[in-house]
Amino acid sequence: MPARRRVVITGLGPISALGPGVEPLWTALDSGRTALGRIRRFDPSGFRCRIGGELPAEAFDVRSVVPKSYRKATKVMARDIELAVGAAAAAVADAGLATRGTDADAAPTIDPSRMGCHIGAGLIAAETDELTSALATSRGADGSFDIGDWGVNGMTKLTPLWMLKYLPNMLSCHVTIIHDCQGPSNTITCAEASSGLSLGESMRVIERGDADACLSGGAESKLHLMGMLRQHFAERLVTEGDDAAQVAAVRPFDPETGGSALGEGGGILVLEAAESAQARGRTPIAELAGFAASQNECPDTVGLVPPPHGASIAACIDHALADAGVSAADVDAIVPFGSGIAATDVAEAAAIRSVFGARAAAIPIMTVVPFVGNCCAGSGALAAIVAAKAIHAQRLPARLNSVSTPGLDAVARPATDAVLRHVLVVSTSFGGQNAALVLRRST
Amino acid sequence: MSRSGRIVVTGMGWVTPLGHDIDTVWSALMAGASGVDRITRFDARTFPTTFAAEVRDFDYRRYVDDAAVHASAGVNVQFALGAARQAWEQAGLSSFAGLDRRRVGLYLGAGEGVLDTESYVRTNLAGWLEAEQRVDAVRWAEAGMRLMKAATEIAQEPNMPLSHLAREFGVRGPAYNCLTACAASTQAIGEAFSLLRRGDADAMLAGGTHTMIHMLGVTGFNRLTALSTDKGDPREASRPFSRDRGGFVMGEGSGMVVLETLEHAEARGAEPLAEVIGYGSSADAFRITDIQPDGRGAAAAMQMALRLADIDVRAGLDASGLPPVQYISAHGTGTQENDSIETRAVKVVFGELAPRIPMSSIKSMMGHLIAAAGAVELITCVLAIRKQMLPPTINLRNPDPELDLDYVPNHARAARIETCLSNSFGFGGQNDTLVVRRWGADVR
Repeated sequence: MPARRRVVITGLGPISALGPGVEPLWTALDSGRTALGRIRRFDPSGFRCRIGGELPAEAFDVRSVVPKSYRKATKVMARDIELAVGAAAAAVADAGLATRGTDADAAPTIDPSRMGCHIGAGLIAAETDELTSALATSRGADGSFDIGDWGVNGMTKLTPLWMLKYLPNMLSCHVTIIHDCQGPSNTITCAEASSGLSLGESMRVIERGDADACLSGGAESKLHLMGMLRQHFAERLVTEGDDAAQVAAVRPFDPETGGSALGEGGGILVLEAAESAQARGRTPIAELAGFAASQNECPDTVGLVPPPHGASIAACIDHALADAGVSAADVDAIVPFGSGIAATDVAEAAAIRSVFGARAAAIPIMTVVPFVGNCCAGSGALAAIVAAKAIHAQRLPARLNSVSTPGLDAVARPATDAVLRHVLVVSTSFGGQNAALVLRRST
Repeated sequence: MSRSGRIVVTGMGWVTPLGHDIDTVWSALMAGASGVDRITRFDARTFPTTFAAEVRDFDYRRYVDDAAVHASAGVNVQFALGAARQAWEQAGLSSFAGLDRRRVGLYLGAGEGVLDTESYVRTNLAGWLEAEQRVDAVRWAEAGMRLMKAATEIAQEPNMPLSHLAREFGVRGPAYNCLTACAASTQAIGEAFSLLRRGDADAMLAGGTHTMIHMLGVTGFNRLTALSTDKGDPREASRPFSRDRGGFVMGEGSGMVVLETLEHAEARGAEPLAEVIGYGSSADAFRITDIQPDGRGAAAAMQMALRLADIDVRAGLDASGLPPVQYISAHGTGTQENDSIETRAVKVVFGELAPRIPMSSIKSMMGHLIAAAGAVELITCVLAIRKQMLPPTINLRNPDPELDLDYVPNHARAARIETCLSNSFGFGGQNDTLVVRRWGADVR
């Protein structure tokens, strides 16, 4: 059995309401500026939650990040796909990689057959106007839907490629096509654990030698009518007060939290075999040293409300630490899901207390959701990017909103310098899947 | 790394259009039966495609300890519970008191749940402003809150089969759902195999479940012109490798296997049904609508799986005249493009041996189970090995002169089968291959 190959992070491609790329994200995190606010994409006043983290059109145009020859294909990209394509472009640029997507004439930095792609995705909702404009042509005299007419006439109003806009694996398919990643690729759909699990799978693929590098992470946008409706049904969003009060009510690990808010985005990281990075003279941003996954017990069957003891989350963290060959004492900071959803926060906090014992209250926690909202399948990748950047900068970003977080270091405060050798990233999901990653300062 | 690195199948189960247990479905496959008929799940009479292979007379409540806890289960979850229970029982896990459920994981390639079409359409139309050709968000939200149901909306999340199986079997190991279109459950079994080899779990429940036999599912595939729109007998509509093949026929259902490290199976005295020895995964990186025409991506997945299985195609026939793989379960959808390119890719991989390796498509009989297709096809491979019988490609009466491999036309037949390869290819260029071998085969 060959020795396990070390895996490093050589590129960061976040995308969120703060924009694509590391710089705008880190600047806002460092200065404590939230991107949450009243939703403008549609009139949210029909919902009790009216805020979200929107990436405005003026800050990101997917056509500007794909090769000219691929611009036509952007017409069949749902929002989630656009976000993944934008994140991948940012990651590839950050890693200094030449791919078919950056320069079709240049020799690719990584052999395309040795380049993998693992992208977490959610259930993508059909664009309401597009679908309804077709449905509306198949109404009978009384205004109700006539499926008989739909089968003959109505459906023909949809563009032939309509369905391909909405398949979850189209995030990775477009990214593999743009950047010519011919190696192993996958689409993990485990809600907020999706991109943590994707990063773990890329790590294993590189570790066992099936690829030399992977574009890995996830992206999602539930900032649309169906997404809002479902999150309301699941009682995960802030619902009280005016817009400003709702923004301030997203208080991770604070018993007085009002709930969460939706964001859009996620991120792609370039994971690379340490030997590959070294051979091309690239200094890693951090090392991805450990990973583990687990499933919660599901007393409610659907995994929406995790058991408050967080035992399976704790086991996941323990295994990730063991995989990295470190102990709980070596962890200098944690990036949990930290959504502001009370039940999820309780389970995560219990797991952290169980793993770190008396030290739990002394380990700084980074909370990203109050800045950009819950990016769902993309949230774990965004968390991993924040962890990597924090390690690289040896600095903890600011924290927002939380007033009292019993037993955890998670209340609002400004950014500060810190010695960060190992940072733990924990993703817990709507559904009960968990992922934990251990990032290490590169030496 | 698990000590031996050897991973065995110890349990299998499926819920398919041809039946809900291993023996019934296998008999139907051997008889060359078709599960295709008129669509009953919605009124498809005016659709370009009016037929599909539906699961009939299935009641998941027979398969679960307490049906009340699964009351919100969507159809896809119901299929999964049925298939997983069969696999779990065959593996003898319910009677094994020593099972450490923290070391048992899940890796599914499950599709999303079925949309609540009626409420969804009504909500959209309630919000529609004809003059402005757009949906009014406030009216839409008001209608949605009134018409749609929380449990049904939650049930559509693609990770819900995981949650229900975790609840039913109490497993808490690594849990994943991948949704790589038509390749999903082959990929899920392959990744479960990889995870076990590394030693990250002792056993995995792996497979897939899916149905897209609903209004917008058929609409989507009809718009893509991927479905057969045959006007004749529905049982003859799925015609993989035939010259007059006209697209695939939708099926639905679930296939599940229990995979275990050999050490874990041996320690509890479980009898392996077969050994998984190879897995390969690749991306075409070509186009979202077309398959790479040389079959490069498909060939890469097969070659990667064969390499891991330590099978050298260049070694040719063995002393008894057998090729190194004796059956290929084709992706074989029955579209012009897939069947041509898959044939080409098999020739790239196996060269002059290709015509000597039987390759059939059970999609000719049970339709295309989409995300669940790969799992039922892997189970078919294990059964082919155990029964020494090749399942046929039915409706192959009009051979395509361009397709010149042995597709086991129309009739099952006996053969010596030690090692099988199973292919699945997804929309967008996702390719996955598994290699499975008879347990106790005289190798290594």
